[in-house]
Amino acid sequence: MAHSEGQQHPLSIYLWIWLLLFVLSAFSYMVDYYQLQGMLRWSLILLFMFLKAGFIIAIFMHMAWERLSLIFAILVPPLCLLVLVALMSVEADYTFLTRLKLFSD
Amino acid sequence: MANELPGHGGDAALNDGLGGVVTDWSGDKQTFPVPWGKAMMWIFLLSDTFIFGSFLTSYMTVRMTTTVPWPNASEVFALTIAGNHVPLLLIAIMTFVLITSSGTMALAVNYGYRRDKKKTAMLMLATAILGATFVGMQAFEWTKLIVEEGVRPWGNPMGAPQFGSTFFMITGFHGLHVSAGVVYLLVVARRVMNGFYDRKGTYETVEVTGLYWHFVDLVWVFIFAFFYLW
Repeated sequence: MAHSEGQQHPLSIYLWIWLLLFVLSAFSYMVDYYQLQGMLRWSLILLFMFLKAGFIIAIFMHMAWERLSLIFAILVPPLCLLVLVALMSVEADYTFLTRLKLFSD
Repeated sequence: MANELPGHGGDAALNDGLGGVVTDWSGDKQTFPVPWGKAMMWIFLLSDTFIFGSFLTSYMTVRMTTTVPWPNASEVFALTIAGNHVPLLLIAIMTFVLITSSGTMALAVNYGYRRDKKKTAMLMLATAILGATFVGMQAFEWTKLIVEEGVRPWGNPMGAPQFGSTFFMITGFHGLHVSAGVVYLLVVARRVMNGFYDRKGTYETVEVTGLYWHFVDLVWVFIFAFFYLW
């Protein structure tokens, strides 16, 4: 691995990613503007969100060029949040049904 | 090699891939072959990820559990420009301002490593101005929501009362990060200008500042998707 000082990459890659982020943001705004609904809406919102997040982390934050040990140390722990989301959505469903039942009595 | 990292057996000892992970963690040496400031910033950002992750998860929970309809964000944040009702316009502009600032920051980091003091400082200044613009627009958005729409942390006329509490909590905390970032950028830009990093021999601090700024943009990507579009 050739280490010159820090992270040096051609300017063009930043400009391309910049443009791409603009386009992806415009797309996600269009999802709302044209009032797409249902599964299409959620899947498009999530797709554009993950693409944008991925490009920011990989290119702007230089994660793509870091060593795997740093990538794992930073990107694996947030997966715990998915467990939290799963647990809380199960719990939220239960709370919602309980409320429906109680409020209708 | 501009700065030799302590505890490294030279680059020959760094193998790539999964084997590299094992070597990095098991060897009696520094685990992360990056400047300590960068490693610490990443770890700080990791902890911040959990803060925002917990905020967004609690937002999900209150939104799923409420029996009252959730206010339609597309309508709440619409602007009327010259008689035309445009949904979510302000938020879209804020998103573009933040992405633009991320771009100027990425360029600043690049010019920093090329030792172009003037361009680095100017680009960081531009980033700070865009960041301040974002906060200003957020202040406008909050004012409109509080004064005109009557949204309060404990209730609002459009629907579920949890809308206000989660909105002020999440965007407020994000705005605080942007404001702190503007100050951080200005401090580092000043040091770039007066040659501090030339004397130190490295412009890594600019990259570390960039990491923080891109993270602020990254959090906005999630807030935009989950709070405004969902």
